[in-house]
Amino acid sequence: MAEGIKDKVAIIGMGCSKFGERFDCGPDELMVEAFEECIQDAGIDRDEIQAAWFGQCYDELGTGKGAPGMAIPLRLPYIPVTRVENFCATGTEAFRGAVYAVASGACDIALALGVEKLKDTGYGGLPAIDGVNSGALAGQILPNISAPGAFAQLASAYRAKHNVDYNDLKRAIAQVSVKSHANGAKNPKAHLRKPISIEKVMGAPIIADPLGLFDCCGVSDGSACAIVTTPEIAKSMGKDNLVSVKALQLSVSNGEEVGYKDWDGSYFATARQAAKKAYKEAGIKNPREEISMLEVHDCFSITEFVTYEDLQISPEGGALKDVMDGFYNSDGQIPCQIDGGLKCFGHPIGASGLRMLYEMYLQLQGKAGERQLADPRVGITHNLGGFPSANVCAMAIVGRYE
Amino acid sequence: MFGITSYGGHIPRLRLNRGVIYGANAWMAPGLIGSAAGERSMANWDEDSLTMAVEAARDCIDGFDKSQIDAAYMASLNFPFEARLNSGIMATALNLNSSLDSADFTASMRAGASALVAGLNAVKSGDFRNVLVTAGDRRITKMAYTHELLAGDGAAALLLGSENVVAEFKSSFTITDDFADHYRGEGEQFDYNWEERWIRDEGILKIVPKAIQGLLEKAGISGKDIDRFVMPCMFPRVPMQIAGMVGIEAEKAADNMHNVCGDTGTAHPLVMLIAELENAKPGDKILMAAFGQGCTVMLFEVTDNISKMSNKRGIKGCLADRKEEHNYIKFLSHRGLLHQDQTMRAEANWRTAMSTLYRNRKMILGMVGGKCTKCGTSQWPQMETCVNPDCKAVNTQEDCEFADQPASIMTYTSDLLTFTPDPPAHYGMVTFENEGRGLFDFTDYENGKIEVGLPVRMVFRIRNIDKQRNFTQYYWKAKPIIKQEEV
Repeated sequence: MAEGIKDKVAIIGMGCSKFGERFDCGPDELMVEAFEECIQDAGIDRDEIQAAWFGQCYDELGTGKGAPGMAIPLRLPYIPVTRVENFCATGTEAFRGAVYAVASGACDIALALGVEKLKDTGYGGLPAIDGVNSGALAGQILPNISAPGAFAQLASAYRAKHNVDYNDLKRAIAQVSVKSHANGAKNPKAHLRKPISIEKVMGAPIIADPLGLFDCCGVSDGSACAIVTTPEIAKSMGKDNLVSVKALQLSVSNGEEVGYKDWDGSYFATARQAAKKAYKEAGIKNPREEISMLEVHDCFSITEFVTYEDLQISPEGGALKDVMDGFYNSDGQIPCQIDGGLKCFGHPIGASGLRMLYEMYLQLQGKAGERQLADPRVGITHNLGGFPSANVCAMAIVGRYE
Repeated sequence: MFGITSYGGHIPRLRLNRGVIYGANAWMAPGLIGSAAGERSMANWDEDSLTMAVEAARDCIDGFDKSQIDAAYMASLNFPFEARLNSGIMATALNLNSSLDSADFTASMRAGASALVAGLNAVKSGDFRNVLVTAGDRRITKMAYTHELLAGDGAAALLLGSENVVAEFKSSFTITDDFADHYRGEGEQFDYNWEERWIRDEGILKIVPKAIQGLLEKAGISGKDIDRFVMPCMFPRVPMQIAGMVGIEAEKAADNMHNVCGDTGTAHPLVMLIAELENAKPGDKILMAAFGQGCTVMLFEVTDNISKMSNKRGIKGCLADRKEEHNYIKFLSHRGLLHQDQTMRAEANWRTAMSTLYRNRKMILGMVGGKCTKCGTSQWPQMETCVNPDCKAVNTQEDCEFADQPASIMTYTSDLLTFTPDPPAHYGMVTFENEGRGLFDFTDYENGKIEVGLPVRMVFRIRNIDKQRNFTQYYWKAKPIIKQEEV
């Protein structure tokens, strides 16, 4: 029986570029910005990196297919570099590759980097589904779904299931965004840094009903990366205050949600599986009591809202009360999106999973500045891609190495 | 005995008040006032001649054993494809047998009647047991042209055979005459029309009576024997005038449906015929005349079986499913006559891989899913491995038609970000009563009236138009079943 990843790998360096509409930068500049911070933080030379994983979702906008897109700008020393893509969970997927490589003993030091250069489309939002690029068959049968439209459907099913009034849910998800904007305002690397009011969120133009402009995350350029090794090597390098990986899980839809009768459209079947396995791997019995902080995939406010329940933090049907009680605020019991989240830090697809880990890493080391939480011990990152009916859910649990 | 054994119709739900066409164009074409009364049917952006014909055919063959259909003909002056068999697409959409004769009838306003004559002759010969004939037209005209007011969009379908005949075919008579009241040269989008007075006096009033007399003589009856006289005509009083010329009582001439629908082109003789069948009693003799580079006249006699048709949606049912539209710009946009900015999202490359479409034609065009022969689970789409997590049997799927299965909305949104010719795009997950579900676009909805659990009917519609290659791509959408009083 596999024993899992707990405490087999430590993060020794992380970096993250400024996120935002980086019209002055291409993917190369963004990667170098994140990488330079990371390698200085790790205190190693780039030639000590033995393997690398490169996450990028929209290769047609970024560096194209394949791994040279990262190996060239970072001048990596002819090492194995693997490009991964798994929708919006791409960043965590890159991290998983590097962590597993170290845990397997195949290498001592590995790099995971994610990047996305979105602001070359010429319009707002993610790139439109394209008949050719979305796959020949899907391009002939799927509705022309936008990202907000895909996730907005959660609200219709959640309201029907839990008998929640339209305006009550609209207000609760507005509060999700208000909370993230308050956090993002304190983050110098965040894309969006203005606090907003609940009235402003509720009065904003509708993008995909019931989601308005402020229910949608920033579409940003950016890059984030991590260097990992074993705790033993990290200690031998003189590192203390170590952050180690407690769990890494991935759950991928198999078509049951979109094709069978059980799923009701109000939650993520994948997230529930990933959470269950991640808690087991990390040895967490009661997440609501044991978790210090959350970074969840708040591509849209409603996604974050239902994820509270999928991760067993809020009881089923109880997210609305927790949100309105301030449970997830920066001064609440489990602060969520303390760095601003996708909502305000921004969402360069391939970088997001690593950006979430970056905040965990800073918080666990007490380096989060104005946003620093008191004594965080263990945090969850939840990174999701695709549609609610067919998606990829990646989870990481990281904490102090004790 | 042989003749019409079933019928079905499709008139789009949208009705454009003609006053708005007149109002927008009166500054330059004040003469339009003469035809500006009433309303005309207006295809939604995702409806064309083919989708309307398919819907009419579904109404027509509902409950009929499709394996008994040996031929499918379609008539139109506005086929979506000049090269690619439109009746073949229709046959695939209806999931008919592949051993099937099919043909497209076009070029003349009487092409619908011509298809009917061909179908009846095939049944008469005994070669084909049952023939499906459809005609559909989404008529495209220049802006501010009289025909923009006169025309309507719609389709009709007739099933022809020798069992359970509801209207016996008695006789037909055709005159072919190269009277070019309008023409459209190769590659042209619009018809060119000659003077109306010439069309009326030298064309219709001379050719049609001659054809009717030809039929009456052939059938050995007189005009007095005719109970209903069906003849599409842009001049409202001319059918009555013609009736008088051939001995038919003037009040037997049917209304041309100008006020409620407009002239649906090749479909209109059939549309008017069906409208008469809906009110007919056994023994009624209905004479149908279709003018167009000559004239085809057909005679039917209604049988006792007509009472079995009462459950059809038909023309009557379509006319009752109605939503007023007052936006002339939207009408033009839906017909592809405007060049408005549709945002960069509309620029996506929508090339359709023919090989993929062919491989998946039953699913994409025919709405055929799967049913596991091991566990009995119906599923959409049909895949090699059963979707039931407790089964997962491989290669156990048999075809299962989903188009007519009752369904309802499970999740939904209205999306203002994504490109659609008629924003916001409405879509969501649809569950079928008999198991199976999928993500589908919605169409013909009432904005703001969509909710979880709302019943829907699947309809064959345009999914997308690849403007770069002028390729119309079809798929199925969910149409909310809305009670008329809620509109």
